[in-house]
Amino acid sequence: MRKQLEGSQAVAQAVARCRPEVVCAYPITPQTHIVEALSRLALSGELERCEVVNVESEFAAMSVAIGASATGARAYTATASQGLLFMAEVLFNASGLGLPIVMTCANRAVGSPINIWNDHSDSMAMRDCGWIQLYASDNQEAVDLHIQAFRIAEALSTPVMVCMDGFVLTHAFEPLDVPSQEQVDGFLPGYEPRQVLDPDDPMTIGAMVGPEAFTEVRYLAHAKQIEALDFIPQVAEEFRERFGRASGGLLDSYRSEGAETVVVALGSVLGTLAEVVDELRDQGVAVGAVALKAFRPFPLEELRGVLGGAQRVIVLERALAVGIGGIVSSDVRTALAGLSVEAHTVIAGLGGRAITRRSLHALLAQALAGQLPELHFLDLRTDVIERELERTRDGGRPGPHAESILRDLRIVASGPV
Amino acid sequence: MSTPLPFYQTGTFAVGGRLLDEDDRAVQSDPERSNAITKGHRACQGCGEALGARVVLDAALRAADGRLVAANATGCLEVFSTPYPESSWRLPWIHSLFANAPAVATGVAAALRAKGRTDIRVVGQGGDGGTVDIGFACLSGMFERGDDVLYVCYDNQGYMNTGVQRSGATPPAARTATTEPLGGHSGNSFGQGKSAPLIAMAHEIPYVATATVADLRDLEQKVTRAMSFHGPRYIHVLVPCPLGWGSATGETILIARLAKESGLFPVFEAVEGRITSVARIRHKVAVEEYLRRQKRFAHLFAGDGRPDVLARLQTLANRNIERYGLLDDADEPTDIGLLDALATSERGPV
Repeated sequence: MRKQLEGSQAVAQAVARCRPEVVCAYPITPQTHIVEALSRLALSGELERCEVVNVESEFAAMSVAIGASATGARAYTATASQGLLFMAEVLFNASGLGLPIVMTCANRAVGSPINIWNDHSDSMAMRDCGWIQLYASDNQEAVDLHIQAFRIAEALSTPVMVCMDGFVLTHAFEPLDVPSQEQVDGFLPGYEPRQVLDPDDPMTIGAMVGPEAFTEVRYLAHAKQIEALDFIPQVAEEFRERFGRASGGLLDSYRSEGAETVVVALGSVLGTLAEVVDELRDQGVAVGAVALKAFRPFPLEELRGVLGGAQRVIVLERALAVGIGGIVSSDVRTALAGLSVEAHTVIAGLGGRAITRRSLHALLAQALAGQLPELHFLDLRTDVIERELERTRDGGRPGPHAESILRDLRIVASGPV
Repeated sequence: MSTPLPFYQTGTFAVGGRLLDEDDRAVQSDPERSNAITKGHRACQGCGEALGARVVLDAALRAADGRLVAANATGCLEVFSTPYPESSWRLPWIHSLFANAPAVATGVAAALRAKGRTDIRVVGQGGDGGTVDIGFACLSGMFERGDDVLYVCYDNQGYMNTGVQRSGATPPAARTATTEPLGGHSGNSFGQGKSAPLIAMAHEIPYVATATVADLRDLEQKVTRAMSFHGPRYIHVLVPCPLGWGSATGETILIARLAKESGLFPVFEAVEGRITSVARIRHKVAVEEYLRRQKRFAHLFAGDGRPDVLARLQTLANRNIERYGLLDDADEPTDIGLLDALATSERGPV
């Protein structure tokens, strides 16, 4: 039954229906509403047999999840941005140990400059930590992906990160269906750990491994993700049959059949992108979009299948690999290797800057005119950049970029430093 | 779990244990003991930590009726006991990272609580680096939340696993690889470092104790006492490191005893934030007796020596003796509050 709900509340209810036994989290905007809601559900008794641990840091949050998961409990946490990076070391550890922890990443920019708004810098920075990464295009998908995430994580004994855009999704209200307890129970079996700390059958978890076996252990983490390339679509298909709607999978193609230009993107921008595609298709322009739902594992073959017939691929990225440009586009280029498809990297929507229909139309017009460079920054204020570079060329002590640019834009009223 | 082993310990209280009532006998004197760590591990000769961990875990296992899970920090203890695919541990054991053993232990305890498993107890462990430095936030968080974990710090006063560097538990004047006595410096600085046991007490957790591997019976009793409480408990065990301290491998017990008998390492226990008993000095020794046996203090005795530094170290020992009432003629040591202890500290109350 659909109810008007905030994305975070709906995700919290969905997680609660997955019957987590340990929820451990540290507050960080914009993840807070999820864990506040879970805390209320546990305290009120609605979520039974669940321990909520208010930890002292994200580093501790993931560490508590590791201890809980290794003891055979279904463990969940949520974080974002600086919090995700603060638990970086523990993320690698959780995947190395093969513990099926599920975590929400309420995607947010990473400072400096400090910024609470949405982009994908956080989860992209953690792309190689061994976690499966799933991206929700909308709040209904965010709800559904969490339920699927526990299935995937526990079947493969590997952790799963569900990425949902901070504020754009976490704080947006819309009519959403949170599956009932019976429905979730029917889809998600109880957690049967592959390894467990049990005095009746003592085992050592987390042994030291030298060069003689380290490669093999790491390879197994990779092999699980390759296995996930088959398993993720199976779970999505089973979910569709049971719940009557399509959610998840590896990728979603939107009117990309026969498209000469295809835009690849992740997360909530797909909504705007689909509208732009519709408008251009109405004008007879052959454009389409592809939503990447799984970024790790990366669906190389599936992507090659949907992009191989295009003339031009534009990868719209909400993160920047400083010094090279694109992150997702590197992987997309790998998928397109050997094909004569022109690939462009477009950095967009950093630190919460809105990606508008108008900007996307302008971008596609530029691309269709053959004027889009290989690396492009959407809506970049080049005049501001030029003036700041001019100031730094003057020598002396021009001060921090962030302050200078805000002053230049007359957003702060303070005088010269 | 309990393969009887031949009884081979001599020269310890374990021998005397045979003359005691069964309830008073040492865990280590029991041929049915758990033997948490088995032979074949790769600790150095004379390793205080291997001995301490064995005594602690066997005592904790007996108190928990064999139902115990251990979460261990990265460090010597981890490295020498679990080289894949071998493990020396005969209890469920998890090693995650250097800084997170208290939080991993919290996670284990939370999972057991969620599952209603009241029969299984949890112990967290780390060296002094993993405890008082890099893992301190997790430790403090575990304390203040009241998580049901016994945490044991095996303190060998430095980062021995990485090649003997200074930690927040390295004593003044000690030479480590990062506190060499060079350029007029006499080893590690005075006025630095922290007392993890006193900070643990400030959390007003149910039980805090210090111990050394010189008095294994005392260590066993403290572990047993700690296991009689629920909630966070902390035991800080001094474990000499022959490699890092430059001491003879056969003198680990002696050096631990001299640390206590000199007053440099006060041995006490505290309940609910107040010291309730101290181990009195039996044969008081000057700090030189303790320091001379360790190459990490050799620079204090070379050439004309450093009587000024030795005097400062003796002052620290004297302060401990006064603060904790370590001598027989001292006032009753019971009921010493943390603030009373801090009031006599070098830095004064904070």
